[in-house]
Amino acid sequence: MDTQTEATTPEPTEPPTAGEPLVVLDGVNKWFGPLHVLQDINLTVHTGEVVVVIGPSGSGKSTLCRAINRLEPIDQGTITVDGSVLPEEGKALARLRSEVGMVFQSFNLFAHKTILENVTLGPVKVRREKSDLVRERAMGLLERVGVANQAEKYPAQLSGGQQQRVAIARALAMQPKVMLFDEPTSALDPEMINEVLDVMTSLAREGMTMIVVTHEMGFARRAANRVVFMADGQIVEQATPDEFFTNPQSERARDFLSKILTH
Amino acid sequence: MVLAETAGAATGGLEFLWQQRGPFFSGLLGTVELSVVAGILATIIGLIVAAMRVSPIPALRVAGTAWSGFFRNTPLTLVFLATSVVLPLVGIRFAWADAIGVDTFFIFAVIALSTYTSCFVADAIRSGFNAVPVGQAEAARAVGMTFGQTLRLVVLPQALRSVLPPLASMYIAMIKNSAIAEFFNVGELTRFFDDQVRDHPEHLYAEFIAVAVGYIVLTLLVSGAFNLAERRLAVSR
Repeated sequence: MDTQTEATTPEPTEPPTAGEPLVVLDGVNKWFGPLHVLQDINLTVHTGEVVVVIGPSGSGKSTLCRAINRLEPIDQGTITVDGSVLPEEGKALARLRSEVGMVFQSFNLFAHKTILENVTLGPVKVRREKSDLVRERAMGLLERVGVANQAEKYPAQLSGGQQQRVAIARALAMQPKVMLFDEPTSALDPEMINEVLDVMTSLAREGMTMIVVTHEMGFARRAANRVVFMADGQIVEQATPDEFFTNPQSERARDFLSKILTH
Repeated sequence: MVLAETAGAATGGLEFLWQQRGPFFSGLLGTVELSVVAGILATIIGLIVAAMRVSPIPALRVAGTAWSGFFRNTPLTLVFLATSVVLPLVGIRFAWADAIGVDTFFIFAVIALSTYTSCFVADAIRSGFNAVPVGQAEAARAVGMTFGQTLRLVVLPQALRSVLPPLASMYIAMIKNSAIAEFFNVGELTRFFDDQVRDHPEHLYAEFIAVAVGYIVLTLLVSGAFNLAERRLAVSR
């Protein structure tokens, strides 16, 4: 029970890119008052793996994502990132968070900073890197996500899709070991979803370890090594995208898929 | 007849005030000194208390809440009494003050006024913190910023704009509250007023108007400065 090889759920075929275990959740439980939002979660994500977490709203998938960098503290169990257990609030936790990139549903760009400053703030203030070097790297990242020409603007002057791409660049600037995406396209207008998904897909291709909470089934099929299906605070099943979408094992998953695939 | 008499009294009043300009300005200066020093201290303490109250460490939150609860709910006169009478009684007399030419009673008054005002500063700043969306602080923490960095680099700069109006009101209230220092042996504007009324009761109106104008000029300067600051901040984003 205490080793990650002994998962409670049927272990899917190992993804071809799998490396060392990078993020390990072991017996994680969390309650919001009487609501048991995470119920005995065991999950191991390996280096280079792209795991997509899907499930109906209220299933706990966002909480799961936020628990991994302790934006939501858990009540029981352990979460390990690259070998070290998540520390209590403090400097050690800050250091660990700096190695875990996070992209939010509502972008959360620093409203009082320019686009470029949003990307450079972390490396300069948290890592104490030289600002001219960071600036160069930041411009490279903005170039890569296609918003370099907006570098001097403020977040409010950009479209949602552009803002989310900046948010991805901001997270990448810290050169994280793993990236967490908490419904990154849910707040976007339909025509802007693809520009964000494209950036995420290319990240996945380059071998970034990613945990993505999303409703974008197309992205899951295209980029994920593994799909984790959650309902009512539990991991109900996990499988490769192919297996999951063509042959879901659980009633809950079949029900969920029939609802989203028929619209 | 009456008109001439009134005019005579008015010019007499002006003449009288002109004679008393020395004490008047030293009183005004006393109020300015007390307000500026207490205002700066209150701002520093208020910032610390506000930060304590949103800190992740429960003990600091409790301490911050206790500070605010205690000083905010104590009448200012009592706070003055505690610093000016009780502190010397328990042996705290700021002997070094004489050496640098500062009146000990001035220091007692600064302590009283700044601790009392700090609670209101803290609450104004805290309401500013609350006006900044939670996601801003979450993003800062997710990047790896410590609590202090999150507050200093992300939350406080954005809170500043909504904090300025209540802060301005509070500094204005503090200037007027500083009048209580008169009863605790500090030379300031209200002290000037009382001395003049005692010695020259025939010029009551002139004395009253002079002191009122003195306070109004100070408070208008504060609101002017804050209006300017607000406009500056509004432009830069």
